[in-house]
Amino acid sequence: MKASYLQAAPLALILGAFLLLPMVALIVVSFFDYDSVQIIPGFVLTNYQDVLGSSVTWRTYLNTLRFTAIVWAVTLLVGFWVSFYLAFVVRSRVTQLVLFLVCTIPFLTSNIIRMISWVPFLGREGLLNTALLRLGLIRSPLEFLLFSDFAVVLAYVHLYTLFMVTPIFNTMMRIDRRFIEAAIDGGARPWQVIAYVVVPLSKPGIAIGSIFVVTLVMGDFITVRLMSGGQSASVGLMIANQISLLQYPAACANAVVLLAVVLLMIATILRIVDIRKEL
Amino acid sequence: MTLGTLGRAAITAFFCLFVLFLYGPTLTIVVLSFQGPDGGLTFPMNGVSLHWFARLFEPQAVGDFGGALRRSLLLAMIVMVVTVVISLAAGLAFRRRFIGAGALFTLTIASLIIPSILVSLGIGLLFNLTGLDPAWYSSALGAQLTWTLPFGLLIMFAVFNRFDRAWEEAAMDLGASPWQRFRHVVLPIIAPSVVGVALFGFTLSYDEFARTLLTAGSDNTLPLEIFGMTTNVTTPVLYALGTVTTGLSFLAIGAALMTMATLRRAATVRPSGSTPLADQTDSQAQIPPVRQ
Repeated sequence: MKASYLQAAPLALILGAFLLLPMVALIVVSFFDYDSVQIIPGFVLTNYQDVLGSSVTWRTYLNTLRFTAIVWAVTLLVGFWVSFYLAFVVRSRVTQLVLFLVCTIPFLTSNIIRMISWVPFLGREGLLNTALLRLGLIRSPLEFLLFSDFAVVLAYVHLYTLFMVTPIFNTMMRIDRRFIEAAIDGGARPWQVIAYVVVPLSKPGIAIGSIFVVTLVMGDFITVRLMSGGQSASVGLMIANQISLLQYPAACANAVVLLAVVLLMIATILRIVDIRKEL
Repeated sequence: MTLGTLGRAAITAFFCLFVLFLYGPTLTIVVLSFQGPDGGLTFPMNGVSLHWFARLFEPQAVGDFGGALRRSLLLAMIVMVVTVVISLAAGLAFRRRFIGAGALFTLTIASLIIPSILVSLGIGLLFNLTGLDPAWYSSALGAQLTWTLPFGLLIMFAVFNRFDRAWEEAAMDLGASPWQRFRHVVLPIIAPSVVGVALFGFTLSYDEFARTLLTAGSDNTLPLEIFGMTTNVTTPVLYALGTVTTGLSFLAIGAALMTMATLRRAATVRPSGSTPLADQTDSQAQIPPVRQ
């Protein structure tokens, strides 16, 4: 049918121009040379040698992977139980919809404002420290709450849990309720139903959510910059810093490596879980 | 599921805590944005005033708040319209097989998954290499579309997966042309979801930061302006800005939800308890108003 091509053409054109070509530009420039004033077109491997040969790169990747692992585990745990509550504990369709909307709405507001909004809560004179001091639980304000790795992880969980909730909830809603009834009739206890019926059947949703969270955290730079107060590093932030120093070829080589790492991680997830049924 | 009273109570409490976690911080800064003129960035409240909202509109307090807000709203409108039209068209295309469908789908998902800073950097470089000047209405528009279109297409997929083709076939049997089938049968049924796509297009553009950072050119959008403020503004004017921009987002969400509810009512002759989560049986209860 000719109509399909006409209908799909605008999407293909925009993604071609603003995704495919820019990625090609990224790869091309990653082989360019540069000095302190300009970019010199050419074909050199020095950018990649610099990226892969630097211990800073490896430490930064390790730190980013550590953030990713922690945030993945926390968002999975929180996302699973939130989805479970929505899908299996809430009975009415309308309540389900309303509560799901309640979870979705913050996603449609500004990420930066949502990060800033932790300041009056976590700061040295913030709500949490004040409360803990008044209760006599601590003698001096906790310093690690704001501008720390803790704050970074907290902000990630705050921003990205929805990316776990939506696909897992979606998958759980498609689980045939008769499987659960059969398990209960067969004498399964609630935790057995969850462990042996709900979790295995939710795997595609868990995989999709994991892909979102892993890629979002791996590529992030703004959360780390704002919430760590310059005390922590991430691969994205390293790239952003190189861009601000106008070291474009170096930033590009770094970006290509990051892209390869992220795609490898997605491929690994897809190898473990088959998500095709979900699409 | 038979969780037992204790289990149900525990998981309900957990969900409530999660909602508090989602909304608590935002509520805190909304309250703090009404600080008195001598108030600081944290509690206690030092009186209550609109001082910081007034400061927002003084030129020296914030960079170019008015200009950035105008640009962001206009850009969000453009992104919204383009996202709706292109996602809807592509959604229709994907209902049939066509050569390259798989590749286009992969590209769309890649658009969602490739780290935003790489998209931003890539587009910035592309404009640089081709000698074009990046601007919010060209490069930033394209950058934001790489973020909104995948969401739009995924929503359209969800809609057409549940779509009952019998209505279209009935219209075809009655002699409706392809355009009439779309305009009078398909569109009224999917209209609420199209509004959903519009909402995503608008709000995701309005709040977009990472992909806009290196593509906006010389004129900032609002999120870029806010980010600039985080490093040098240490007064509650930052919270006032947060309250205003979050309020605008909520306004957009409210308007979209109301439109969706109205459209749903209009598309349903019999009042049935159908919701967007409705499954096949529910969508069959919806009777589209077929004119002609």
